[in-house]
Amino acid sequence: MISWMAWTLPVAIFFSTIGIILVCMTVYELHSPCVERKGFLPIATTRGDRLFIGLLASAYFHLLYVGFSDMTLWLPLGLSAVWLAIVLRWG
Amino acid sequence: MIIKTDNNKAWWLVLPVFLLVAFSAIIPLMTVVNYSVQDIFDQNNAYFVGADWYREVLRDPRLHDSLLRQFIYSFSVLAIEIPLGIGVALMMPTKGRMGSLCLILLAIPLLIPWNVVGTIWQIFGRADIGLFGWTLNALGVDYNYASNTGDAWATVLLMDVWHWTSLVALLCYSGLRAIPEAFYQAAEIDRASKWAVFRYIQLPRLKSVLVIGILLRFMDSFMIYTEPFVLTGGGPGNSTTFLSQTLTKMAIGQFDLGPAAAFSLIYFLIVLLVSWLFFTTITYMDKAK
Amino acid sequence: MNMTKRKIVGITLYILFLLVPIYWLVNMSFKTNEEILGSLSLWPSNVTFDNYMVIFTDATWYSGYINSILYVSMNVVITLLVALPAAYAFSRYRFTGDKHLFFWLLTNRMAPPAVFLLPFFQLYSSVGLFDTHIAVALAHCLFNVPLAVWILEGFMSGVPREIDETAYIDGYSFPRFFVRIFLPMIRSGIGVTAFFAFMFSWVELLLARTLTSVDAKPIAAIMTRTVGATGVDWGVLAAAGVLTILPGLLVIWFVRNHVAKGFALGRV
Repeated sequence: MISWMAWTLPVAIFFSTIGIILVCMTVYELHSPCVERKGFLPIATTRGDRLFIGLLASAYFHLLYVGFSDMTLWLPLGLSAVWLAIVLRWG
Repeated sequence: MIIKTDNNKAWWLVLPVFLLVAFSAIIPLMTVVNYSVQDIFDQNNAYFVGADWYREVLRDPRLHDSLLRQFIYSFSVLAIEIPLGIGVALMMPTKGRMGSLCLILLAIPLLIPWNVVGTIWQIFGRADIGLFGWTLNALGVDYNYASNTGDAWATVLLMDVWHWTSLVALLCYSGLRAIPEAFYQAAEIDRASKWAVFRYIQLPRLKSVLVIGILLRFMDSFMIYTEPFVLTGGGPGNSTTFLSQTLTKMAIGQFDLGPAAAFSLIYFLIVLLVSWLFFTTITYMDKAK
Repeated sequence: MNMTKRKIVGITLYILFLLVPIYWLVNMSFKTNEEILGSLSLWPSNVTFDNYMVIFTDATWYSGYINSILYVSMNVVITLLVALPAAYAFSRYRFTGDKHLFFWLLTNRMAPPAVFLLPFFQLYSSVGLFDTHIAVALAHCLFNVPLAVWILEGFMSGVPREIDETAYIDGYSFPRFFVRIFLPMIRSGIGVTAFFAFMFSWVELLLARTLTSVDAKPIAAIMTRTVGATGVDWGVLAAAGVLTILPGLLVIWFVRNHVAKGFALGRV
């Protein structure tokens, strides 16, 4: 039934992580609703907006990295995690 | 503007939409991600290849070319259709039967199936049986959209202008109707020039519809497939092969699942970024109101 | 006065530009193939209905129209059923994740069908829906439902909240209020939404072609088959094209006064 989806472990981990982040964000949001605020990003954002901006920027960063170098992917992954934390906290 | 109340029970009302769209959007998306990191021969023979397909696709000159063509095409479409659409909207009769008639006539091209749009122009542009191609050739222009790159581009662009300018015009028309008569009267008392009326009364009121018009035209031209496919088949050579057609060729024509999937995701990311930029703009404009 | 004259000339020229290619198609559909290929004539010298007769008598042709109309109507019904409550929720309430959900819906309207094309075939085969009308109807919901929610939300925001509250005070339950009072108030919005769902489902080819093979093959796919085959039957092709334009013309009449607002996604 789902064999045609050709699941692999890394992709499964990727989507689980996204899923867990979304669930956590929802619970956090229900527990303490967030207010829109202005950080170093040019527009006022909510937590969800910052998460989206962080993830999208990470995706583009990975594409650039893959396009221009053959080195390991752990490096951009680590940098992206740091970037995501920065955006969520101060963005 | 309606003041909304907080109510999480509203989720029950949105749930059917969420499930329905998720079925056709999220499951395929997950599958595409899976395909993009594997080399798949058949159901039981799939090998994990990491980012190899992305590497291949990102460095493939064919894709660079088709991406470049796509951007040139989408921006040309905007550059022609937005000013022309505003112009047509300004010329439309404002009330009465003529107004309704104009609305309906303008909407006709939008209601034609996309492959038929292709067929119409395929016939219309031919030198032997089409009025347009025949007339051009009779006037001494050596026109043939099937063999000349420039002619093919001109025809595809002309077809898009024919097909979609009405959308921009209808949007602007409804924006113009929303301007109170008093504004024009005030302008008349001030003896404002036509240009001043346009620049300071009409254009500001058109801003929000224009953003939607630009969004729809950019996105729809960015995914254009059927019309050029029918008209030129992407040719001559690859000169009118845009992103969707390159992708479809890869996925269905050559059955290169891995590269096609990687390409799909890159394509999707571009669309995601542009949609987000527009969505943010629209929300901020709504708020400013 | 001079200005209005120039406007009339301008708009007339533009409308001519729109209509001439369509006229050419109609013109061709009434000609025999000999006349089409023989010489260029501005109107048919012997009007013939043979091309239309081919379509109305050949099952492979007219079944295409029936298939298209079937899945388009299913799509319109499904789209309205799910989009109406959702649009009400978006126009009346704030809830966790509403903005993001709205944005996600929008991205599905903007995403190129080609991106999702790859697994669509497998997805619908695996649930046993391949080559059925409902498969195409569901697939078209991908872009029609978000669009419908957008348009309806715009129309619903124009209805003042006091109406809801008065109805609740009068003892109406939500479903009764929604069907009896609210829906009639946004009639025109529903009409426009149905029109747009109809239109975008009717004009789409890529997904419809991918998800069908025989039983639910849409007219658009049947037409592309004819193109490129040896000795294209131009007359029949033109007639088939003309027949695909008619349904749109019939439905637009009913929503002519609201079409512009619909094109603006209810946001004018």
